[in-house]
Formats: sequence, C-alpha cells, structure tokens
Amino acid sequence: MSEFLQLVFSGLTVGAIYALIALGFTLIYNASDVINFAQGDFVMIGGMGTVFLMASGLSLPLAALIAVVAAVGVGLLLHRLAIEPARGASPVTLIMITIGASIFIKGVAQIVFDKQFHSLPAFSGDAPIPIGGATLLPQSLWVLGTAIGLVVALYLFLEHTLVGKGLLATAANRLAAKLVGINVTLILAMAFGLSAAIGALAGVVATPITLTRYDIGTLFALKGFAAAMLGGMGNPLGAVVGGLLIGLLETFGAGYVSSTYKDAVAFLMILFVLFFLPRGLFGGRSVERV
Amino acid sequence: METSARLRPMLRAAAFALSAFGAAATFGTTARAADPIKIGSVVSATGPSAFLGDPEARTLKLYVEELNKKGGLLGRPVELVLYDDGGDANKARTFATRLVEDDKVVAMVGGTSTGATMAMIPVFEEAGIPFVSLAGGIEIVEPVRAFVFKTPHTDKTACQKIFEDMKARGITKIGMISGTDGFGKSMRNQCLKVISDYAITVVADETYGATDSDMTPQLNKIKNTAGIQAVLNPGFGQGPAIVTRNFAQLGIGLPLYQSHGVASKSFIDLAGPAADGVRLPAPAILVGDKLAASDKQKPVVAEYKASYEKATGQPVSTFGGYGFDGIQLVTKAIEKAKSADPKKIRDALEGTKDYVGVTGVYTFTPTDHLGLGTDSFRMLEIRKGDWVLEAPTR
Repeated sequence: MSEFLQLVFSGLTVGAIYALIALGFTLIYNASDVINFAQGDFVMIGGMGTVFLMASGLSLPLAALIAVVAAVGVGLLLHRLAIEPARGASPVTLIMITIGASIFIKGVAQIVFDKQFHSLPAFSGDAPIPIGGATLLPQSLWVLGTAIGLVVALYLFLEHTLVGKGLLATAANRLAAKLVGINVTLILAMAFGLSAAIGALAGVVATPITLTRYDIGTLFALKGFAAAMLGGMGNPLGAVVGGLLIGLLETFGAGYVSSTYKDAVAFLMILFVLFFLPRGLFGGRSVERV
Repeated sequence: METSARLRPMLRAAAFALSAFGAAATFGTTARAADPIKIGSVVSATGPSAFLGDPEARTLKLYVEELNKKGGLLGRPVELVLYDDGGDANKARTFATRLVEDDKVVAMVGGTSTGATMAMIPVFEEAGIPFVSLAGGIEIVEPVRAFVFKTPHTDKTACQKIFEDMKARGITKIGMISGTDGFGKSMRNQCLKVISDYAITVVADETYGATDSDMTPQLNKIKNTAGIQAVLNPGFGQGPAIVTRNFAQLGIGLPLYQSHGVASKSFIDLAGPAADGVRLPAPAILVGDKLAASDKQKPVVAEYKASYEKATGQPVSTFGGYGFDGIQLVTKAIEKAKSADPKKIRDALEGTKDYVGVTGVYTFTPTDHLGLGTDSFRMLEIRKGDWVLEAPTR
C-alpha cells in the first residue's frame, strides 16, 4: 500500500509538470492553431533564468519574477518575429517554425547561460513529509499547488474576464472575432505571452526536483505534447488530466513493470490516441459553434 | 591535346611527391640534431566534450613548452602537433591520417572520447606509431593492441574498487540502479562481469533514462526488495544527482555508492544535502591536499595542480590529469629508448614500470596496456558538502 502511495505521489508531481506544459500548448493552439514546440524552452528559461539571477545575488521570488518576465518577452518575440510574419502558412510550416525557434533558443541559452546542469534550493526545505508509509517532498506540494493555482486562475480569466472571453472568441472563430471588434493580433500575442509565463513558472517550481540545463526543454515539450494530445488538443481541462495521466502511467510502468520502457509510455500514448481517440479524451469540444 | 592537359597536373603532382619522398628519405635517415621530435594530438577542445578536451589540450601545450624550456628531448626540441576534432569521430580520424602522413609524428597522445579513439586506432596501428589514448572505454585496451595504450582508469577498475569496499564492510546483497546512457550501460556490464569475484549478488537491477527527472519508482522497488544492504548507481550527468536526492527522500537509509562519473564538485552542488554519506571511487587529484604525506602520488598531483592552475587560471580537473600522464609517459619512453623511432618508443612504453602519475601508478606489460590497479582509485565519502578520504580498506 505504501508503495502504491509512493508511486501516486511521484506520478502526480511529474504529471503536474507535464500538465502545465500541456496547458501552454493548449492556450497557443486554441488561439492560433499553432502547436508551439518551443513550449518546453519556456520551462528552461524559467529555471535557468532563476538559477543565474539568484547566483548574481537576487532573492528567489525576485529572481523568479524576472525570469518569468523574460520568458514572456521571449514568447512575445517568438510571436512577433516568427509566427506573425508567417500568418496564413500551413500548420506544418508553423510547426517547423516553432521547432526552429526552439533550436535557436537552446543555442542562445548555451551562450547566455552555460552547458552545465543547475539546481535551485527547495523552496521550503528538503525534509520529506511521511504520509501513510510513503514520503512526499515539500517541493512536490509547491509543484502541485502551482499547477492547481494556475489552472483555476486560467479558468477564471478565460470565463470571467472580457479579455479572456476575447481569447475564447478568437479561438472559436478568428474572422468573426475580428468582425465584432476584437484586436486579434493583440489576443494572439497575449496567448504566447501567457503560455510562456505558465511554462516559465512550471520551470521555476520544478527545477529543485528535476534540475535544469539549456536543452531540458526538448523532453518536456515532447511529454507536454503527448499530454495535450491525450487530453484532446485545445482543451485546458484535457491538458491537465492528460498530464497527470501520463505522469502516473510512467511512474506505475516504471514501478510495477520495468523502468526500461519509461520514456516509451508517452510515445505509446500518442500512438494510442492517434489510432483510437483522434480527438483525445476531451476533444469533443472543438465542434464549430455558431 | 585534352588528355595531356589533364595529365600535366597529375604528372606535376607525381614529380612533386617523388621529390618529396626522396627528400624525406635522404633527410629522414640523417636527421639533424635540431630537427624537432613531433608528437601528435587530437582532442575535443570544443564541442559537447569540451569540458574533457579543453583541459587536456591546455595540459599538453603546457608540458611540451616546459619540456622545451628544459632543452627538449635527446637534445632536440619537441613539437606538439595539436588538432581539435570538436567532438566528431570522423574528423578525429581525418586528423589522425594527417598526423601520420603529413606531419610524420613519432607518437600520439590524445583521443578525448572513446568514439574518437576507436576511430583513430586503425590509423596508428597500421602506421606502427604508439598511441596513448585519454579516453575511458575498456574496449581501447581490451583486446590488447600492439601500439595502443591509455591513461584513464576504466569503469571495470571502478567497479572492482567499489566491490572491494563493500566486501570489507560485509555487504553481500546489493541493488543496482544504472543510467541507460553509454557510460551507465558500460559500467553496469563491467560491474556484473566482476561482481562474482567478490561474492556479492545483485538482487535488484533497475535502470533510468539519462534525462529522467524522477527515479523514485525504481528506488522504491529497490527499497522494497528484501535483504538489500547497499545500492550502487553507475551513472554520469544529472541522473546520479536526482537518484541521490530521491534516495534521501525515500529514507532508504542504506549506503549509497556512486561511480567515478560524479567525481566533481558540481555533483555535490546538484545533489545538495542529500549527498551526505554517498561513497564513490575517485582519482587522487580530487583530494590532492588531503593525501597522506607519505603518499607516492602526493608530490606529482601537487606539482601538476600548481603549474596547471598558474598557467591557465582555471581549477585543475581529472581530465587534464589524463593528458599530463599521457605526455609524460610518451616523453619518458622517448628518453628511455634514446631514439625517436616509433617502434622503439612503443617498446619503451610497454616497459614502463611504476611510473607515478596524476591518475595512478602505471605498470604496462605486453598483456596490460592500461597498467592501473584498483589502488589508482581512492574511496571517498561525501560529508557536509566535501570529500573525505577513506582509509584504505585492505
């Protein structure tokens, strides 16, 4: 029983990180139909930025804040310089653009930061909390808490603010949104900025657990993409459920079956979704609204 | 008309080659005293393995300069012909050919990675030029090749050192958690090969991906396996740091052994307080100032550390030490052979006995071109963020 509980804790922690990345995918996909493979690099910028700002003497909250703002800047630049000029290009072209951007960001990060692994101190100590024979790190609570907080905040923003509704309207039908006076370009830029912020925050809270390096974004992007696919591309709730599910599946796979195929889980899920659930678990929502 | 136009440059090239050959033949046999002795090197001073290759390149340059200040070898200056393969094994091979055919080196020190070394071996074997590799893989010297030697200890030696320590502490059943990258895989295999010599059995054998961020499921499995007395983690990079953290999180409370792959300060930084109590084999250079005054390696390590840090302004590393031992072994062999003939240098190299280097004490034999025993490793324990040298277990 304690073993099961341990695996649940572990799976939820990893899953929450995937969920946050999937959320970023979803947000950009919704607003602009772009699958942004540079999403994982926002996570890296958040983590690495905080590490280096702290090393230069800033406190953790201030360093994290600046790192998140920097990531938002990168997100906006990505939209302004790479996505916006290619407006109207095919989805495949746009995906290639984001992959190129991801390679570019990694290259710059190698120069601005370095090529070593780095870590952050845990926010509230390293003493594990014993629960029912298993142990949970305080940092896991930070990750889970951040994930829950961001999901709730995003929900409130999308459903209860005018700007949020504008984003949903743009997602549903760009032309119609434009016709009712919504500044579509601004909304799209906002989607990029917002998902960069979510990714960077995920990077800040996850770094004490996962460590960080200039190229850590690639794996996160793949796992987050798998989570978003499983949940149904474009559905925020689906992104969260998908992320947690992949985290749990990986952990249970490694704990009960074999650790050899741990990374295969995410890719098997993508194949499974493509074959049997082309719309993912919660994908039904993307029907045209009138 | 057309054919002769095409032939002319070929003829010219042939004539040039012939005259060059003739010149080499006449001058080569009657080398003037001032002709430099050329030692070749190909290292990965840039690229992904730069943290290995850069200190190697700096060390080689430094010591060839020092040698020339002292008057060189056999009354002749020494010239280091150094190329940077940027971590690309194909380039390494091209440079190796150039060293043999154009630069006419008499010996070679280099090969930062096992891949680059394996790519270059055929070139030097065929040319009959001694090659001292600076890479870790055991396949470089197993099977023994006539002209190939190497300076870094192998993962097999590390396994033996760890098992010696376990045996001395009465540990007979262990759990293993290995990285699935090249280093982790190779060391796992080497450990499994030698483990039966120490009457130790592996009762849990787990793996993790090189980029995994959570190893609690695997460690949980190990924790719940009955009878485990210690855990061994062959790995490199960030994986072992996360394993160490998860190990502490789960409160496993057994001795945790890491490999020489984490023998650097950055591991202690990454693993944080969880690193307390971790045991690992490491070369003497890591604990140079903590070595006993009677230790044979102490003066060598201290001298290398001082001159490297003075010349480069950078902290000394294990990898530069491999380069130091490589160049020393070759130059000592040239002195001993009293000749710059590659074959004679090779024979002198193979006769190296009790050479005290930075990495260990080398004794080459016709069947052992690594020449290091388990005493080339020191058993360390991490306590309060620093290495503590353990008394020899034998």
